[in-house]
Amino acid sequence: MKTALFASAAVIALAAFGTTAAFAQSRDTIQIAGSSTVLPFASIVAEEFSASFPEFKTPVVGSGGTGGGLKQFCEGVGENTIDIANASRQIKDAEREACTAAGVTDIREIQFGFDGIVFASAASGPDFALTPAQVYKAIAAKVNVDGQLVDNPYKTWNEVDASLPNQPIALAVPASNHGTREVFQEKVVSAGCEEAGLPEGISEDDAEAACTTYRQDVVVEISGDYTETLARLNSDPNTVGVFGLSFYEQNTDTLKVATVDGVVPSKESVAAGEYPVSRPLFFYVKGQHIGVIPGIEEYVQFFLSEGISGEGGALEAAGLIPQPADKTAEVLAAFEAGAAQ
Amino acid sequence: MATDIASPASRSASSERTRAIRAGLVRRHATEQIFRGLGIAAIAVALGFVAILFIDVFRKGIPAFVQSNVHLSVFFDPELIDVDPAPARDQFPSDAEYTAASLKWQRSVALLNWNTIVEASLRKAAPEAGDMTAREILSIPETDARHEIREMFVANPSLLGQTVDVDVLASANAQNWIKGNIDRSLGDKQQQLSAPARALIDTFVENGTISNGFAWSILTNVDSRSAPASAGLLGAFVGTLWMMLIVVVLAVPIGVAAAIYLEEFAPKSRLTDLIEVNINNLAAVPSIVFGLLGAAVFINWFHLPISAPLVGGLVLTLLTLPTIIIATRGALLGVSPALRQAALGMGASKTQMVFHHVLPVTFPSILTATILGVAHALGETAPLLLIGMKAFVASVPATPLDQAAALPVQIYLWQGNENRNFFEPRTAAAIMVLLGVMILLNGAAIYLRSRLEKRA
Repeated sequence: MKTALFASAAVIALAAFGTTAAFAQSRDTIQIAGSSTVLPFASIVAEEFSASFPEFKTPVVGSGGTGGGLKQFCEGVGENTIDIANASRQIKDAEREACTAAGVTDIREIQFGFDGIVFASAASGPDFALTPAQVYKAIAAKVNVDGQLVDNPYKTWNEVDASLPNQPIALAVPASNHGTREVFQEKVVSAGCEEAGLPEGISEDDAEAACTTYRQDVVVEISGDYTETLARLNSDPNTVGVFGLSFYEQNTDTLKVATVDGVVPSKESVAAGEYPVSRPLFFYVKGQHIGVIPGIEEYVQFFLSEGISGEGGALEAAGLIPQPADKTAEVLAAFEAGAAQ
Repeated sequence: MATDIASPASRSASSERTRAIRAGLVRRHATEQIFRGLGIAAIAVALGFVAILFIDVFRKGIPAFVQSNVHLSVFFDPELIDVDPAPARDQFPSDAEYTAASLKWQRSVALLNWNTIVEASLRKAAPEAGDMTAREILSIPETDARHEIREMFVANPSLLGQTVDVDVLASANAQNWIKGNIDRSLGDKQQQLSAPARALIDTFVENGTISNGFAWSILTNVDSRSAPASAGLLGAFVGTLWMMLIVVVLAVPIGVAAAIYLEEFAPKSRLTDLIEVNINNLAAVPSIVFGLLGAAVFINWFHLPISAPLVGGLVLTLLTLPTIIIATRGALLGVSPALRQAALGMGASKTQMVFHHVLPVTFPSILTATILGVAHALGETAPLLLIGMKAFVASVPATPLDQAAALPVQIYLWQGNENRNFFEPRTAAAIMVLLGVMILLNGAAIYLRSRLEKRA
């Protein structure tokens, strides 16, 4: 069976060729990864970008969460590393250090809009009007009862506060690989913790732990995407889930949104700064790849153009809350000036 | 004869024995009945679960193969399409200059607001929509309608000033409303489309402006997020095809060669025993471990591109190799020693014996093992997630080095899409396509085996 031998030889040659070809061929597709909140927006921009710029290939958009994306971003400079990291929070100092250590020194931050984080429950259930303090009391492992830190005694929402429905507490919150988790912690739980007050005389570390430790019996941490949270709500209709505003808006037929501090979350209330749980969205561009991978500069300019991320643009229709035009102009100017941050 | 003179005592003993045998027979028959019953029950349970799976997937997926099209007559209004005439080849001295000018022209065409043309066509089809806002009207066709019309113009600039009949897709939300994927009795606040838009869609369905057709878009389009109704499987399908090609090209020769060497040539020693144990272990290693290995070795070490079918194919090759080696060794072991001895006795060398006599007999089994191994690799998802193949890719990979998705990963991505009402059926449809490919492969395995076995 000579053919078999020839085939094997051909295969080895092919494999060798494949490897060298990979080295020789320069990548001509922009590679993006990161936040699953930013993913839908970035994907839409990628498609529109290739429709408007026939000379460039459609950028490839991966997920992996803000942390995962920035980790990939900071792996180094070169064609097998990503060009852009999507982030639903700002880059941390530790991440910046990791980047510098790997040679990624030119990191350009692009802020392109806002996103709201909402509490939503099954559309058939009762209405919720929450405050950060109530959420903290429902979620914390230990709470302050009569000046003592005790294991969380609350079983139903109306035990937390009489104004809330008589429904067992069950919460589905994003796990720590999501940027959403950080915003949720900072703007809801920590804020609520401060508002509710801790017993006097406890150390700062204990206070920190008391504000950030969740109880395990009724809180589920979701490391997947919002569909997983939604599935959790479907299997247990008592669950209150944490979602992105745009996800909620596309599923209003099954979800009901809770007010926070009496404000109904909407594009308008987030843009006006009335709704407290909102955050800016970012992506980070590897400056050293500009001019190496074709189209990065055009992609950024296109992303920040009026028709895409501006008011009435394609991303607003998909749930993005646009930022003021002068902020966008400022970001773009900083990017073009090559201001390494 | 002895039986003739049997005493009454021995006669009674023999009837005693017959009774005992009869009783035993009843018991043995009962045991057999119970065993058969259990066997049938086991098959029924297994088939039942398969039936539930298929019925569930098909019930959800079949509606996704129907798409709603909006029939528009589009007027390429020269007032709205205010661009220079397209550059012609003979105006330029070189190809490069022509290409540059042509790209520049395409860019200027792309910068026009083609939505105004789509809106005008829809308003023409629905005079009663007078006071609807542009956003409400444009919520009916899918957002890629404007690209479709623009591409028609780019391909044929002489359309300027003409009216052409064009079919565009209805938007995902419009299709949800038409198919009843969203509860039609819900109030305005819970609907995705405004009340006038919903009323207009119903009018369109009644007067035939919107009609249903087979959803070729699922099979012929690439994935899309900006225009969810046009999201299709073509990119993922081609990505999977590249990976399977790499698996077949690499895993079969390497696997078969390894099996032949181990079974026929290698001396039996501690070392070969160790290798055998390790191959068996490798076959049982969870697939996600191969993904981690692929990310570490192929991407970080060999610097192969991320999200590329080449890497996916290499990882799946590692996954399939043990299966093929074990199956091939089993097949070689099953060849009768008489065949080997006859060949050797006729003066054939060991290599001739293996390649001329043993291998052809085992060919059907090796082929079946290969196809089953490939079918297994086809549905594998976990390792691909780790080598960056869960990215959103809106293009067809032209080579195995281009970024691509794969069919099972596409299913995973679609089930995570925000527009649940639209993508739940679409996910089921993608599962149907994947199942179809698998059934085809398994069917081919059975057919080839029975054909080749008959010939052998």
